[in-house]
Amino acid sequence: MSQTTTEDTTTTGASPAPVAPRKKVLSEGKKAERRLGWLLCAPAALTMIAVTGWPILYSLLLSMQRFDLKFPDRTEWIWFDNYVTVLSSPYWWNAVWVTVLLTVVTVAVELVLGMSLALIMHRALVGRGIVRTTTLIPYGIVTVVAAFSWRFAWTPGTGYLAEALGGDPVLTEKIPSLMVVGLAEIWKTTPFMALLLMAGLALVPDDLLKAAAMDGASGWQRFIKITVPIMKPAILVALLFRTLDAFRIFDNLFVLTAGSQGTSSVSMLTYNNLIKGLNLGIGSTMSVLIFIMVAIIAFVFIKLFGTAAPGSDDGGKR
Amino acid sequence: MAEIVLDKVTKRYPDGALAVQEVNLEIADGEFIILVGPSGCGKSTTLNMIAGLEDITDGELRIGGQRVNEKAPKDRDIAMVFQSYALYPHMTVKENMAFPLRLAKVDNATVEKKVKEAAEILDLTQHLDRKPSNLSGGQRQRVAMGRAIVRNPKAFLMDEPLSNLDAKLRVQMRTSVSRLQKQLGTTTVYVTHDQTEAMTLGDRVVVMRGGVVQQIGAPQFLYDQPANLFVAGFIGSPSMNFVPATLENGALRSVIGDVTLTDRVRQLVEAADAPREVIMGIRPEHFEDAALVDAAALSSGGKFTHQVDVLESMGSDKYAYFNLTGEQAASAELQELAKDAGSDDVPGDGIPLVTRLSSASGAVEGASADIWFDADKVQLFDPSNGRNLTYTER
Amino acid sequence: MAGIGGAETTGKKWGWGLLNAVVVVYALVPVLWIVSLSFKSSKTLADGNFIPREWSLENYQNIFSTSEFTRALINSIGIAIIATAIAVVFGTMAAYAIARLDFPGKNLLVGVSLLIAMFPQVSLVSPLFEIERSLGLFDTWPGLILPYITFALPLAIYTLSAFFREIPWELEKAAKMDGATPGQAFRRVIAPLAAPGVFTTAILVFIFCWNDFLFAISLTSTEQSRTVPVALSFFTGSSQFEDPAGSIAAAAVVITIPIILFVLFFQRRIVAGLTSGAVKG
Repeated sequence: MSQTTTEDTTTTGASPAPVAPRKKVLSEGKKAERRLGWLLCAPAALTMIAVTGWPILYSLLLSMQRFDLKFPDRTEWIWFDNYVTVLSSPYWWNAVWVTVLLTVVTVAVELVLGMSLALIMHRALVGRGIVRTTTLIPYGIVTVVAAFSWRFAWTPGTGYLAEALGGDPVLTEKIPSLMVVGLAEIWKTTPFMALLLMAGLALVPDDLLKAAAMDGASGWQRFIKITVPIMKPAILVALLFRTLDAFRIFDNLFVLTAGSQGTSSVSMLTYNNLIKGLNLGIGSTMSVLIFIMVAIIAFVFIKLFGTAAPGSDDGGKR
Repeated sequence: MAEIVLDKVTKRYPDGALAVQEVNLEIADGEFIILVGPSGCGKSTTLNMIAGLEDITDGELRIGGQRVNEKAPKDRDIAMVFQSYALYPHMTVKENMAFPLRLAKVDNATVEKKVKEAAEILDLTQHLDRKPSNLSGGQRQRVAMGRAIVRNPKAFLMDEPLSNLDAKLRVQMRTSVSRLQKQLGTTTVYVTHDQTEAMTLGDRVVVMRGGVVQQIGAPQFLYDQPANLFVAGFIGSPSMNFVPATLENGALRSVIGDVTLTDRVRQLVEAADAPREVIMGIRPEHFEDAALVDAAALSSGGKFTHQVDVLESMGSDKYAYFNLTGEQAASAELQELAKDAGSDDVPGDGIPLVTRLSSASGAVEGASADIWFDADKVQLFDPSNGRNLTYTER
Repeated sequence: MAGIGGAETTGKKWGWGLLNAVVVVYALVPVLWIVSLSFKSSKTLADGNFIPREWSLENYQNIFSTSEFTRALINSIGIAIIATAIAVVFGTMAAYAIARLDFPGKNLLVGVSLLIAMFPQVSLVSPLFEIERSLGLFDTWPGLILPYITFALPLAIYTLSAFFREIPWELEKAAKMDGATPGQAFRRVIAPLAAPGVFTTAILVFIFCWNDFLFAISLTSTEQSRTVPVALSFFTGSSQFEDPAGSIAAAAVVITIPIILFVLFFQRRIVAGLTSGAVKG
């Protein structure tokens, strides 16, 4: 392959071949390749744009209207009043803090646990297959199912965990509830984190670790000074994906607390306003605000870590 | 079996880059021909054009007397061995070798027979049911060869087929490729960047540079009579030494001593209308320890005394390396050769010189040595265009 | 791959065995718990025991006798399969173009799909809710299939283009030299090599669609298109006094079965797919 593509006459100096200057002329073949490329991408691109592009604009429009499906006659254009309403609501700010807290805590714990799990899977002498298979179960299982398992486990009378801890109804108080939600979230997503980190671990050449060992580095030093820096891109990608994902937390909260006792996340609050409250204006305003927050998170990650983030791009190569 | 004729074959890429320029080449039936040159010289492009994997921009390609420019690869009846072997990972060795026959809708019994034959020739019989991933490099290479020979094509095209093997295996496979080609008598075009393969394998060698054929000839002829600096420097290992020199009244002055040109050389130089400043080329084996040369030869040749930089004893002979003071010979060809060898950015002042002395030489590393060279073996080149001023068709 | 200087001593093996056991327990306990609940009879449901004292199939009989569950199961299967098929076909086309062809706008497409992968789905719920209501897509299969395809596409494109880049395309040339037409080269050489990647992607996309809750609960309102995860959350038990936990557990086990099967049979592929798509993308 390489030969045919690289031999495009990079002749040096006094080459006997009069090399024509490279012009931007597109041959038929090149044009056909472009057309085929566009044709093949069209269905995917159009679907994605149709289902996200217009709705995003539409939600911007909705967010500037008073639009309550319970009172459809009172629909009117109110500019940024919805934003004022939402941003001055203690419920909203509580939801923001709950979301941020859950995101930070769960992602931090997942990073540590996921790294341990990745190391176990990467280095295990025995039973590597079993470990990998079983850790995929939390990843694959339907979140709602897992959430119900945790809910029943903590339900007084029914649950083994509730019984073991003295039968207090933990899911009726804010802090214990959030801890349970965090636990459920961590249980479910640590394997995903671990898999991403494991792929990063595989990129660390064994020889390098051997060389470090010969240079007198202890196991911990090898991990901190060699392994972690080399797999930094993988860590950052894993963190980015998990942070954005954690920020959207909904399923677990819905099943475990339904947002009661001030445990709503931003997604939960939006859903409640929208589907339960049928208030499209407020719901859309929250949607837009969440979108902005996620964009900021993504921006910060990509800005901070530059080329480490995916799509920043070697889209075509690797 | 067929002869292959390239008639002013040219490849120009859509962006205007000229990859191959007017290559003329007549490959006889059953001939083993080597395309050699540094990377980017157009040798693989030429091969791909013969294969039909790349379009020919201009000129004509005839296989067996028939124009095939417009034919798809599958209709040219030629087989190719790739550098990466390109074995189908989802097929066993047997299926890989049978694949071209299956595509040609050959009946089962014949397929079985041909695969069996090829496997025997290539010593693959016990591996037929394995997948490529379970084979060693050498075995994979043989499967790739097998896939090419099962269908008795008109010609074999080989694109650096041995370059993924380790050095020892490469030498071994080199001889078996050679033997196989003789045995089958199939026209073969073989691309390599390794001049040793070029020297040992081919009936004729085509040296290419920047898309242009530099010289075509038998390996020994290219070695003895390189048409220009590029061929001179490319063919031979260790390569020819190049020293700037001055021609004056039939005498040649340089840092390795002044010599009177022999009659043969002088006639050639005069006929070629040589400039005053030239580049002198001399192969390592044309040097000798002055102490081991008889008096008559000593007086007719050149002589210099210098400190031996490094001495390598190979048992059969000794290589003495020198670093002479002076400006290195400079030309575009030599620069490109250095770049290809990866030595263009190795720092070094002075003129490097490699000499091959007989094992009886008493030269010692670090000490001074008297070195003689054969004045009749000197080749002179024009620095402005690289032309060999001492070239003869003989 | 053992640790540096790590001889495989018996002690180390035991150590690893113990670690493995911890991991396995961690991963399986919540799953086993829901399985155990699903097999408890209504009398022993609330006894708080990890292992059922009395095994019974009563919960399964209950859920399969109501259309609330069976209909949801059909919806789940139908919607996930259709969305997966379409997303994989579109994704394969786009990924092939991204991995193999050179055309302007390629990076834009990669960027857009990355953006969608990071997109907060809840932000789409409000506009889609309104748009689908006006288009008559609300509470229908296509109403769910469309957003599923959209959010599955980035996953499909990343995973597949990573797979496609691994295919040695020189094989295509080799096949041509061996006498294959472009069609034969694709069918007999490229397709068999691409198939595992496509299959892996299909599994990942299916898991994604199967798993979704937010869209399913926001964009449906009746049994007509409710999927199982949503139906689960609406289970109330046949009477007001009956604890729905047993039915929920049984239904949960049923929809976990395909996941377990995938994980058991295609563990290696799922790992490869997840990591190639996410890390190298």
